[in-house]
Amino acid sequence: MSLLEVSGLSVRFGATAAVADVSLTLQRGERFGIIGESGSGKTMTALAMTGLLPEGAELGGSILLDGHPLPRSEREMARLRGKRIGMVFQEPMTALNPLMRVHAQIAEAIELNPSGMAEVDVGNLLAEVGLEPKHGERFAHQLSGGQRQRVMIAMALASQPDILIADEPTSALDLITQRVVLDLIAEICERRHMALLFISHDLKAVGALCSRVAVMHDGRVVETGPAERVFSHPQERYTQALVAASQFKMPEVTREPGGAPLLVVDNLTREYRHGGGLFRPRKSVRAVNSASLSIGTGECLALVGPSGCGKTTLAKIIVGLDSATSGEIVLEGQRYHGKDLPGSLRRDVSLVFQDPFGSFNPRMMIGASLAEPLRLEPNLQAEAIPARLQTAIEAVGLTVEMLERYPHEFSGGQRQRLAIARALVTRPKLVVLDEPVSALDMSVRGEVLGLLMRLQAEFGLTYLIISHDLDMVAAMADRVLVMEAGQIIEEGAPGAIFANPQHNLTRALVAARLPEVV
Amino acid sequence: MRRLFSNPSLAIGLSATLVFALIGLVSLVWTPFPIADIDIGRRFLGPTPEHWLGTDNLGRDMVSLLMSGTMTSFLVAALAVAIGTGIGVPLGLIAAAWDGPVEWLVLRFSDFIFAFPAVIVAILITTLNGPGAINAIIAIGIFNIPVFARVARGGALSIATLDFVAAGRLAGLGNMMIAYRHLLPNIMSLIIVQGTIQMSLGILAEAGLSYIGLGTQPPETSLGLMLKDAQGMFLIYPWLTVLPGIAIVLIVIALNIAGDGLRDAIDPRLRQGQDNVLA
Repeated sequence: MSLLEVSGLSVRFGATAAVADVSLTLQRGERFGIIGESGSGKTMTALAMTGLLPEGAELGGSILLDGHPLPRSEREMARLRGKRIGMVFQEPMTALNPLMRVHAQIAEAIELNPSGMAEVDVGNLLAEVGLEPKHGERFAHQLSGGQRQRVMIAMALASQPDILIADEPTSALDLITQRVVLDLIAEICERRHMALLFISHDLKAVGALCSRVAVMHDGRVVETGPAERVFSHPQERYTQALVAASQFKMPEVTREPGGAPLLVVDNLTREYRHGGGLFRPRKSVRAVNSASLSIGTGECLALVGPSGCGKTTLAKIIVGLDSATSGEIVLEGQRYHGKDLPGSLRRDVSLVFQDPFGSFNPRMMIGASLAEPLRLEPNLQAEAIPARLQTAIEAVGLTVEMLERYPHEFSGGQRQRLAIARALVTRPKLVVLDEPVSALDMSVRGEVLGLLMRLQAEFGLTYLIISHDLDMVAAMADRVLVMEAGQIIEEGAPGAIFANPQHNLTRALVAARLPEVV
Repeated sequence: MRRLFSNPSLAIGLSATLVFALIGLVSLVWTPFPIADIDIGRRFLGPTPEHWLGTDNLGRDMVSLLMSGTMTSFLVAALAVAIGTGIGVPLGLIAAAWDGPVEWLVLRFSDFIFAFPAVIVAILITTLNGPGAINAIIAIGIFNIPVFARVARGGALSIATLDFVAAGRLAGLGNMMIAYRHLLPNIMSLIIVQGTIQMSLGILAEAGLSYIGLGTQPPETSLGLMLKDAQGMFLIYPWLTVLPGIAIVLIVIALNIAGDGLRDAIDPRLRQGQDNVLA
C-alpha cells in the first residue's frame, strides 16, 4: 500500500481552478519531486495534502494517508500533521518565530508531538542537521539563511514524520548553501527512510534529489515518471521546453568583444557606517574594498559571488545610484565617483533590475515609464519620442499597443523584456544587468538571455552582468570576475575559471553546481 | 470597482455615509422649517404630523435642525481633512524623498503640532479671532496635518525602496518629481483610507468644540451645538439631547465602517495578482 495516495485532487478558488485532477502516489522512503513554474499549482497541491489550504479554497478529490482519508476536523488534522508530516517552507526567516530562541522552538515541536522515543531531544536534532548546541541559543535573525533552513528541518524532524514536504526549501539561499541543504535533506531521508515530497521550479535541484518526478503546468500534472526518463526523454511538449530551457542554449551570434576599454573602475571602496551612539564608536563595513576592473567596448563581463559580497553595491555605484567612499570610475575618459555621474553621460549607462515586478510603477502606463529615461536627452524633440519608444519595444519583441497598458497586465518574462526596453531607450553604451533572469521562471530565462545576446550584437552593447548563477554566466560572459567580501579575487574566461578554479571561494562555487539533469 | 463593493462593510458604511451627506446637502436648499424661525409658543412639542421629531426649547423644528447640523458637521470635518491632506501629505512626501536634515525638520515639526490637542488650538484661535465654524475648521485641520504627514511618509518610505523609484532616479528625476510621479500615486489609497477615518474624528471634534462653545455659533447650528443647548433639559425633555447624539454616533460609525472596509478592500495582502502594489 502506498504511503500517500492522491487521486483526482482539485483546488478551486471561486471560479478559478488552481489545481485540477492531480493524481499521484508516494511510497515509503521514496523521494518524489514536483516541478512547476510559478502559478502551476504545485504549492497548492502540497498545502492540500497537509490541510493548510488558505481560506476560500474548495478541495475536491481524495487524499489517502496509509489508506485512510485525511480527517475532516482541524484538531485531528493538526495532530496528524504534527505526527506524520513534516514541512519545510521557502523562507525560513518568516517561518521561525523571531522572539524565541531556536532551541525553544525545536523543543516546542518535540513537546507537541511526543514520539515516545528517547533519543529525540534538541541536542540530537541540532546535531542531525549539522548545527552546534551554541546555535540553539540564538534567535532566528542571528543565524544565516542556511542555518535557519537547518533549524526548520530539525523542527520538521522532531515528530519523526513519515513524510517530509519541502516547498522550494533552497530558493532563498545562495548557491553554496543550496547545495549543502539539498545534500542534508537527501542524507536525512536516506538515514530515516523517510519519504520526501520536494517541490521546486529548479530541474537540477529536483534531479539531484528525487527518483520520481511529476511536472505540473496550469494546475495539471503534465508528465510523471522516473526522474531520469522524464529528463532525458520528455514525452510532452511542455516538459521538453522546460528541459531545453534549463540548459541555456544560446543563439549563435557574431560580435567582436573586447575593444578599447569603455569603463575603468579604479581602486573603488564603499564604506557603510552604522551604529554608533554617544559612547559607542561607529562601526564601518566595507561593502566594496579596493575593487578594480575594466570593461572593453562590446564585451560581456560577468561579476559573480555569493550574496552579500558587494556586487550589487558596485553596480549601483557604476550606474550612479550610490557614491564611492574612495577611488574613481572612468567612463569614456570622464571621471566620476557615483552619484556625481555627469548628466551628459547618464544616458550612456543603464541598469536592468532583478525583480521585474518592482521595477515598474504600477500606476503608470508602460509608455510613460519607458519614456522616462528620455529626459536625459534634452535635445530630443517631443515628436521623436513615440518613434524611439516604438524602436525600443519592438527590439525586445513586443508590440507598440502594449505601451498603453499597465504593468500588472504583463507576465514576469514580458516585464523583464519591458525593463530591457527601458534600459535601451536612451541607446546606452553600457548596460548593467543585475541578476537579469533569477526572478523569472525557468522556461522564459532562456528566451530573455537569448534576447540580450541578440541585442548586444545588434546594437554593439557592452554588458556587465551581476549574477550568482554560474550556468548562466558560462553561457553568456566573455570574462568572469569572482568577488568575495568586497574584493575581486579571481578573473578569467568562464571556461578556464570553472574548469580550474584557483581561489577557495571559486572552488566552492564550482563544486556547488548541481549536476546537469540530462 | 465591483471588487470594492463586494466588501460588505464598505458597502454598508459608504452608503450610510452618503445618506447622511445627502441629508446635509438637501438642508442647503430645503428644510421643513427655516432653522432661524423661533416660535416660543410651539416649543417642546413631541412628534406631530407637522413636526416629525418635535421642536426644541425655542420652538425650532428638530428635523430641520438635525439636517443643517449634519451639514455643518460634514462641512467642518471635510474642510479640516482637506487642510490636513493639503499640507500634511506634501510634508510627508518631502520627508520621505529628501532625507537627513529635511526629514528631521519635518518630523519634529509634526511632533510639535501633535503636542497640541485640537481644543488648545481652538481656544488659541478663539482668543485671537472669536469663536465660529471657520475657527473650528482651522483648529481641526491643524490637528490633521501631522496625522497625514506620518501616513504619507510611512507609505512613501516603503515605496521608495522599490526598483521603479531607482529607475526614476537613473532617468534623472529629482526628488520633487520622484515624489510627485512615483510616490504620490502609489500612496493615494492609504491617504483615502486615512481621510475617511479623520473625517469621523473631525465630526467628533467639531461636536466637542461646539459643545464647549468654541465652534459653530447660533443662529447656525451643528450637532454639537444642539447637544449643548439641550443638555440643561435632559431630564425633562431627553429626546432633544438624544436625537443629535444618535445622529453623531450613526455618522461616526458609518464613517468608521467605511474606513475599515476601504482598508480591507485595498489591503495588499488581500489583493491577488498584484503583489508589488503596496496600497
